[in-house]
Amino acid sequence: MVHELNLWPLIGVAVIVAGFVLRFNPMLVVITTAVATALAAGFDPTKVLATIGTGFIKTRNLPLIILLPLGVIGLLERHGLRQHAQAWIANIKSATAGRLLLVYLAARQLTAAMGLTSLGGHPQMVRPLLAPMVEGTAETRYGSLPERIRYKLRAYAAATDNVGLFFGEDIFVAFGAIVLMSTFLSEAGISVEPLHIALWGIPTAIVAFLIHAWRLLRLDKALNRELGAAKDGEEAR
Amino acid sequence: MIISIQHLYYLVGGILLIMAAMTLADKTHPKRFSSGLFWGLYSLVFLVGEKLPPTWVGAGVILMALIAGFGGVGSGTHIERRAEDYLAAAKRLGNKLFMPALTIPLVTVAATLSAKHLMLGGVPLLDPKNTTLIGLALGCITAFAITCWMTRESPVQGMRESRRLTDALGWALVLPQMLGMLGLVFSDAGVGKAVAYVTTSYINMDIRFVAVAVYVLGMALFTVIMGNGFAAFPVMTGGVGVPILVGVYGGNPAVMAAIGMMSGYCGTLMTPMAANFNIVPAALLELPDKNAVIRAQIPTALLLLTANVFLMYFLMF
Repeated sequence: MVHELNLWPLIGVAVIVAGFVLRFNPMLVVITTAVATALAAGFDPTKVLATIGTGFIKTRNLPLIILLPLGVIGLLERHGLRQHAQAWIANIKSATAGRLLLVYLAARQLTAAMGLTSLGGHPQMVRPLLAPMVEGTAETRYGSLPERIRYKLRAYAAATDNVGLFFGEDIFVAFGAIVLMSTFLSEAGISVEPLHIALWGIPTAIVAFLIHAWRLLRLDKALNRELGAAKDGEEAR
Repeated sequence: MIISIQHLYYLVGGILLIMAAMTLADKTHPKRFSSGLFWGLYSLVFLVGEKLPPTWVGAGVILMALIAGFGGVGSGTHIERRAEDYLAAAKRLGNKLFMPALTIPLVTVAATLSAKHLMLGGVPLLDPKNTTLIGLALGCITAFAITCWMTRESPVQGMRESRRLTDALGWALVLPQMLGMLGLVFSDAGVGKAVAYVTTSYINMDIRFVAVAVYVLGMALFTVIMGNGFAAFPVMTGGVGVPILVGVYGGNPAVMAAIGMMSGYCGTLMTPMAANFNIVPAALLELPDKNAVIRAQIPTALLLLTANVFLMYFLMF
């Protein structure tokens, strides 16, 4: 029995980084990495297959959150949900892309901090409602948008949902990560109240909000700079 | 319990099986058989996955990855409605359209909050370990029924729409699970221990600030590699956090854990490995650049990570 640590599995890290950097198909990169890592750890081919199979079965809960809402969202889109969301937000004259995202960020972070993490999400909130609304406000203000700006706004909508979720849920005391942390620490012989971990997350959560909010307001300024001039030019004619 | 996560797997397996059948029956589909095979294999993972020998599942996963990797998963032809039809429908239904979309989160939250009290003959109605996911499923089923009734569409049309969106996502829908699997392979193979060994043996942590920075940045870097802060936490905390920050410097472990995990989340914002949060939304929003969401997040993540080093340094001691 060798007691030295086997460093060969680090090959896996190299394979995955190289694969993503060289822009190979991610499915191929992941499966190659999985096989390479397992072989480097000294597993025989049967154990390699079994490790991959067991891992895939254990993580079956991951796609549910994306797959389940698709039927509803698809039907609603067929009946004009995205178009209606855009028209609806156009009624709010003071709305800008950045301000709308700022309100969403605050709402997402606060509700997640209360444990209500399912109030947002990419398939059920960002694609059918938030992204069309953000595009709608920008269109009301600047007229039709160049593709590049449209994609940028959508990416910001998705990013804002993530930031709100991540830095909200972690200050909810019953959140899985908090339980995981206090369990791990108590096994290492350090007893920590879950509530204290949740509370000490608050400073970072506030800083996260301030940083992202600042970037959202800068997004408005950038839109004004790039598109505002074009619109003024049209009106002057 | 009466409704467990296994029922959701059957539901999803059923949906995927119908999708596979629709794909195989679609004569205009450019990659009819390979796409049908891909979705068919995926549906089996949900319908009978836990009953199959793990080696078979492993072989199936490799086959799926090869089909997807060599461009075998394509989209069928979906007839878009004309722009004026969308606008007419939007006008007719108006704000009613928001109702089913909001039903999903509201039912999910209601089910999550009331799960403790929903008992039937002393048995919990919803599996206590998975209330959120089961609540989400109940919300989606309720919203689906309301939508069908409101728009006078048949559930079959609903399946077609579901297939349209699943086709648009393609293999990106399977990527989060592939990466979840890879995370488990990494931990079985001891990648975490190897990385912790390398970082702790080659960096001088006699300076308190350096030790804090190694822990915070290590959490982020490790999360970038593993795609998941939960995987990074035990490794970095076991390797650097507990022995050095708490053991040598006597820092407050609650501060270390809280800010450490949130530093991991900064890593999540920057990595394609966290496909559920970064790659799938890019596909859902039909962005040509699959890394567009990550690009939008990197400045926030880096600024926050820097702030975290100082927050931890000043709050912990």
